[in-house]
Amino acid sequence: MARTFQAVVVGVSTGGVHALQKLLGGLPAAFPLPILIVQHIGADADGGLAKLLDERCPLRVKEADEQDEILPGTAYLAPPNYHLLVEREGFLSLSADPYVSFARPSVDVLFESAAAVFGPGLIGVVLTGANFDGSRGLKTIKNKGGVAIVQDPADAEAPQMPQAAIAATGVDYVVALDGIATLLQKLAARRNTIPHDEKGRDD
Amino acid sequence: MQIDDVEDVEIRLLLEGVQRIYGYDFRDYADASIKRRLNHWLAESGFDTFSQAQSQLLRDRSVFESLLRGITVNVTEMFRDPTFFRAVREQVVPFLKTYPFVKIWHAGCATGEEAYSMAILLNEEGMAGRYRMYATDINEAVLQKAGEGVMPITEMQRFTRNYQKSGGRASFADYYTARYDRAILSPALKKHIVFAPHNLATDGEFGEMNLVLCRNVMIYFKPALKERCLRLFDSSLLPGGFLCLGLKESLERRKMGERYEELAAPLRIYRKRYG
Repeated sequence: MARTFQAVVVGVSTGGVHALQKLLGGLPAAFPLPILIVQHIGADADGGLAKLLDERCPLRVKEADEQDEILPGTAYLAPPNYHLLVEREGFLSLSADPYVSFARPSVDVLFESAAAVFGPGLIGVVLTGANFDGSRGLKTIKNKGGVAIVQDPADAEAPQMPQAAIAATGVDYVVALDGIATLLQKLAARRNTIPHDEKGRDD
Repeated sequence: MQIDDVEDVEIRLLLEGVQRIYGYDFRDYADASIKRRLNHWLAESGFDTFSQAQSQLLRDRSVFESLLRGITVNVTEMFRDPTFFRAVREQVVPFLKTYPFVKIWHAGCATGEEAYSMAILLNEEGMAGRYRMYATDINEAVLQKAGEGVMPITEMQRFTRNYQKSGGRASFADYYTARYDRAILSPALKKHIVFAPHNLATDGEFGEMNLVLCRNVMIYFKPALKERCLRLFDSSLLPGGFLCLGLKESLERRKMGERYEELAAPLRIYRKRYG
């Protein structure tokens, strides 16, 4: 069965500023998919990170506002102190619900809600981090037929989050940070050509 | 059909049933968040599926009450977003003080943290006795809690930090009494607050308000319901009155926005124009 990827979700914590610069910096302005990102960040942070990334990366990067339409070639960062979720109608929503996996924004919340909407059309990426947020969400992505990419723990500034993700589910790709942008471009370009056996479910 | 699709159908049927039997309409709540909350409730309820829960839910009011608690509790903290409360203190209160008496509607007050924060702020600015705050919520169980004014003592450190950052003029410890694991807020703070039930999806406006505060409540609503709320707030506000929204909510790209000027730019404090 063929599929077209519809979105990329990224979860990152400790070491994230560097990792996101590297990952997003390696993608062209015309990258065909939207990218939704949870970077763990203090509740009082301002929108500085989105601005910095927007200046340094070809892609458009912005802090997500509620009801933002999800557009290709744009990276949306979860705002501090809010969970970021995906609505079926193709826009973003925010929630101030309690911490999930000790975090708000939580990677698990983004991944689970995106998996429910995009199913096999979703690519989940877990990068450096010193906790285990994202592993449950990545498992959900795999269960719904999506693709899972994890930064090689040996390459990560903090290996725990990638390790937890790898332990939680059958990951498709374990890659050094350097290689992830290229891999995403390859996957995004491989529209409708995914061989049947790669569609596999993780159950 | 994937399990998810089945669950979406179940949720739709359940919400339809709840609306028809109990009159509470959650069909215009944003899907992603309500689904999370419903699943959370389901996991704790002991039912395996929403279909299984439905027959009891529609017949047994106590099951419905537990669902209502599960899906309508908004979480907040005292002086959440200290920069917002600082802006209210420094930029909004001077206007409010020009009135002999002001009325405030705090919509979606949940367990009362922000209502009490506002009361502390107004009292410190010399407005005690010159305001009444209507703090409303859809959920009567949380309203009762709000009225009690008792918070977990473990939160006080965070609330104190927020209070200080917001420009508080006193010592935060003056506002509560510690008793075992709880902090009992000073009864004086309740004096000008009226806690009352109100459903933003179905109930009407509050007349002649000088300030309407509704932060991080509409983020859970679909566009049509958001629109309804904003209309409600607009018709409740006097000209020159203030509308305070959550930091990620805005009047941008909304027709109603033309009638408002933004007072403190990133903090979502709007002032209704005259005429």
